[in-house]
Amino acid sequence: MDLTLKVWRQSGPDDAGRMVTYLAKDVSPDMSFLEMLDVVNEKLILEGDDPIAFDHDCREGICGMCGMVINGVAHGEQRATTTCQLHMRHFEDGAEITIEPWRAAPFPVIKDLVVDRSAFDRIIQAGGFVSVPAGSAPDAHAVPVRKEDADDAFDAATCIGCGACVAACPNGSASLFTAAKITHLSLLPQGQPERLIRAKAMVDQMDAEGFGGCTNTGECTAVCPKGIPLDTIAQMNTDYLKASR
Amino acid sequence: MAVTGAVMVGFLALHMLGNLKIFYGRESFNEYAHWLRTLLQPFLPYRGVLTLLEIGLFLAVVLHMWAAITLTRRARKARPVKYVAKKSQATGYATHIMRWGGVTIALYIVWHLLDLTFGVVNPAGFNSAPADRMIEGFQPGRWWVTAVYVIAIILVGLHLRHGIWSAFQTLGWVKGERRRIVKLGALAFSAVLVLGFLAPPLAIMFGVVK
Ligand code: SF4
Ligand code: FES
Repeated sequence: MDLTLKVWRQSGPDDAGRMVTYLAKDVSPDMSFLEMLDVVNEKLILEGDDPIAFDHDCREGICGMCGMVINGVAHGEQRATTTCQLHMRHFEDGAEITIEPWRAAPFPVIKDLVVDRSAFDRIIQAGGFVSVPAGSAPDAHAVPVRKEDADDAFDAATCIGCGACVAACPNGSASLFTAAKITHLSLLPQGQPERLIRAKAMVDQMDAEGFGGCTNTGECTAVCPKGIPLDTIAQMNTDYLKASR
Repeated sequence: MAVTGAVMVGFLALHMLGNLKIFYGRESFNEYAHWLRTLLQPFLPYRGVLTLLEIGLFLAVVLHMWAAITLTRRARKARPVKYVAKKSQATGYATHIMRWGGVTIALYIVWHLLDLTFGVVNPAGFNSAPADRMIEGFQPGRWWVTAVYVIAIILVGLHLRHGIWSAFQTLGWVKGERRRIVKLGALAFSAVLVLGFLAPPLAIMFGVVK
């Protein structure tokens, strides 16, 4: 299949950036979206051009490195799918595809489609951990956990920190990511001692990074490759309100 | 947003029920208006309760607008560069019109107060009985006034459809199965409110209430 790509090119943080059109010829429908870009890049390199920079690592949907806004949708229109797991068979032959980086002030563009997501790391550093006494690892069954809690905590823990929620949110809010991390720990017994300080610290850090406020539009959960539910945000709000009292 | 919004929703519900008094005749409507002003009279001055409620409501409106403006400004700052292409993936039309819908509703409220509360732009005039203002205001000759009201009320309904469940979410009261119930409840409540508000002006315009 042949495609027309409109890609955001920006040589560095200080460059203004622009959309550039490329033709991608003989794309196999079995390629992943990133493999398609690899092929385009090989051609660019042969022609002496600068290849399109994009983030990626595992290419199996678990690391959270990849991500771009494809035709106006973070990770593309295929639901619950990371960009690396999106396949070209979901596009029509001859289609025109716009590709842009995540857009948010706290995610500055480093180059082309690569953005700096250190803001997420700082949110985690603010409270996304549990403090445990050092020593040998405790027995796995030493602390009983209710099955329902374990399931919900696990669901929240599947967040891979890709940042699609921020990219899709009309407010540029990081609530879904932060809420997933807060919920993951606040549902488990190990997370109880620091539960309220954690919620407060992480939410305050999120605000300090310059992310917007949540207005419950639901755009985040719709594009989240892991389907993190809005329930986590309700959980975060509960803990935060308790902590602020 | 959630708390101030809840205050306003409470007011709207009472306001809507009060309006329906017009179906019991002009007398009943005027008596209700009078009753509101003389509530707890020996203990509080004339219009005491009403003035307190008005102050509370005014504060809620101002704080609601302040919160909305703050959120909008934060959102603008968080996304300085817009997308070339952006497609919404969430369902719900109401969500997209919260901001401009809110502004439109605020403008409408100014007109509404001038019309039916103060009577300055009402044919019945400033010193008229409330029921007269209402009935003369919605005569067929002023069909465009009725049209403005209908549009505004529908906007209010859409605003509440998202606003009500959103308030529950913000306060952390929506989890799991409860989400569906809360959303349905918000929809039902908004629909009832819209119908309740639309009934009097339409009934007057079509001559059911004279
Ligand atoms: S919540 Fe979903 S969209 Fe947001 S960072 Fe986690 S996995 Fe990505
Ligand atoms: S490259 Fe790891 S999730 Fe896509």
